[in-house]
Amino acid sequence: MRDKSIRQLGAALEEKQISAVELANYFLSEIKIRDRFNAVVYTDEEQTLAAAKLSDKRRAKGERVHILEGIPITYKDAFCQQGWPTTCASKSLKNFVAPYTATVVARLQAAGMVPLGRTNMDEFAMGSTTETSCFGPTLNPWDQTRIPGGSSGGSAAAVAARLCPVSLGSDTGGSIRQPAAYCGITGIKPTYGLVSRFGLVAYASSFDQPGPMAKSAEDLAWILGVMAGFDCQDSTSINHPVENYEKSLKLPLKGLKIGVPREFLHESLDDEVQHTYDQMLLLLRQLGAISVDVSLPNLEQGVAVYYVLTAAEASSNLQRYDGVRYGLRSEQFEDLIDFYSQTRAAGFGKEVKRRIMMGTYVLSHGYYDAYYVKAQKVRSLIAQGFQQAFEECDVLLAPVTPSVAPKLKAYEADPIQMYLSDIYTVLVNLAGLPALSLPGIYSKQGLPVGMQLIGKHFKESQLLNIAYQIQQNSDWHLASPV
Amino acid sequence: MIEKAELQKLGRLAYLSLTEQEIEAFQSELNHFFSMVQIMHSIDGKYDLNTVQPFVHPYAQYQLLREDRAKVVEELEQFQEVAPEIKEGFYIVPKVIE
Repeated sequence: MRDKSIRQLGAALEEKQISAVELANYFLSEIKIRDRFNAVVYTDEEQTLAAAKLSDKRRAKGERVHILEGIPITYKDAFCQQGWPTTCASKSLKNFVAPYTATVVARLQAAGMVPLGRTNMDEFAMGSTTETSCFGPTLNPWDQTRIPGGSSGGSAAAVAARLCPVSLGSDTGGSIRQPAAYCGITGIKPTYGLVSRFGLVAYASSFDQPGPMAKSAEDLAWILGVMAGFDCQDSTSINHPVENYEKSLKLPLKGLKIGVPREFLHESLDDEVQHTYDQMLLLLRQLGAISVDVSLPNLEQGVAVYYVLTAAEASSNLQRYDGVRYGLRSEQFEDLIDFYSQTRAAGFGKEVKRRIMMGTYVLSHGYYDAYYVKAQKVRSLIAQGFQQAFEECDVLLAPVTPSVAPKLKAYEADPIQMYLSDIYTVLVNLAGLPALSLPGIYSKQGLPVGMQLIGKHFKESQLLNIAYQIQQNSDWHLASPV
Repeated sequence: MIEKAELQKLGRLAYLSLTEQEIEAFQSELNHFFSMVQIMHSIDGKYDLNTVQPFVHPYAQYQLLREDRAKVVEELEQFQEVAPEIKEGFYIVPKVIE
């Protein structure tokens, strides 16, 4: 059961080999018995089984059901889901039960998906390790002395450990792609604006984008098709037609131009990551694609620009946690200002406080133009750089991370090193492009190594098509730590 | 170089009560961060930034608005269920005026 694809699970449900309740019970039991990774931080058997029973009833009535009907899914703890705790792995929201449901969650539930639980994450999605969570770190299922990546580390570990067939994550600077790479699964960060952010707790609003994480590109296609589409509740949502992603999976790759961004393949790249890159490029060539050398000239500015802008947006977004209308409230204070300050100090962890301080600094009088405005200008240049590169190719193939998953606490003494490790992922978010992370050849130690396909705006179907063809012609995505 | 006094001011602006230990850690970390960020300025020689527009939206260059139509949303009770303290439909905060 644990290795089955969505299509296989859907067929088993349709042919009555298994019921939605049995499937939900199976995965609930797997989480209970095997989650030694701290991947899933909350389950609610009653609500899960109630949703599964309703699913079985719909099917029994002979209603025409979606392929996702009865398939269980876990949600990163940043998506509001009415009646379920939504904590963002922060002490400041520890007892918060969402009073409404995020658009993406509502759409997946309307397609019949069964909510299985909430997955661990970095606090407010600020981190690349899932170590900043108030629930404690998630461990990488491939090697429990290593991080699973972040911030959607719980989702990646849960899918890799086969605790759920699919999970919903969010990607602000690599938070779907990087944990997918470290855990050997497949994940897609859609074009900014394709998927609604309504009900996703905000970290950096001009970057955040929800996306699915699963075992294969085919599974992603089914989920993304339901999630994507205009939402009037999100003012940055784009009214763009949603493609039939699963229909384009089988298109041939002959003549497709794969851009090889020379700045990404610097000598500081780990040899094993380079080897995985070379092998994936070779496979793409064997499938008929053509590789072309391209340049993305402002790679080295990416991390700085990204952290200036996201810290600024975070410091603004997180002002809402003041203890008045919801969340943690400090009981000890002297006056109103002290009430806010004590409440926020008690609720936020170190990484969140650090980013609020960084953001407050870049937005403060005297530094706004030098940091914030300048970073927005360099962001424009980075986006233009991609446009120029895409004049010479259809998609880009790039590494996701500079190395395999680091050891736990590797960045404890120097958090700036953690920021620098995001070098290959943040550019995509700066330009609002879609990108898909998928596993390639594993390292000599047997650890996953991920590669990303970066596409033009709204070219998700092309990314899913290429990834599907890679996965049909290799077995890298089939490896499992279980 | 960011001084401790400036960090204390930032803490006040951000409504974050910080311990002396936190101020010390942030001083070192923020200074390290902003020395890393200097790389952003290395772009000055390559481009005339006066001619570059700051980034607005990755794709749509306009602000999308909903139809301006009034609707009654009765969600007060639902939203106040998660409030730390309420009384007769109001959120209770500490007394600030004697």
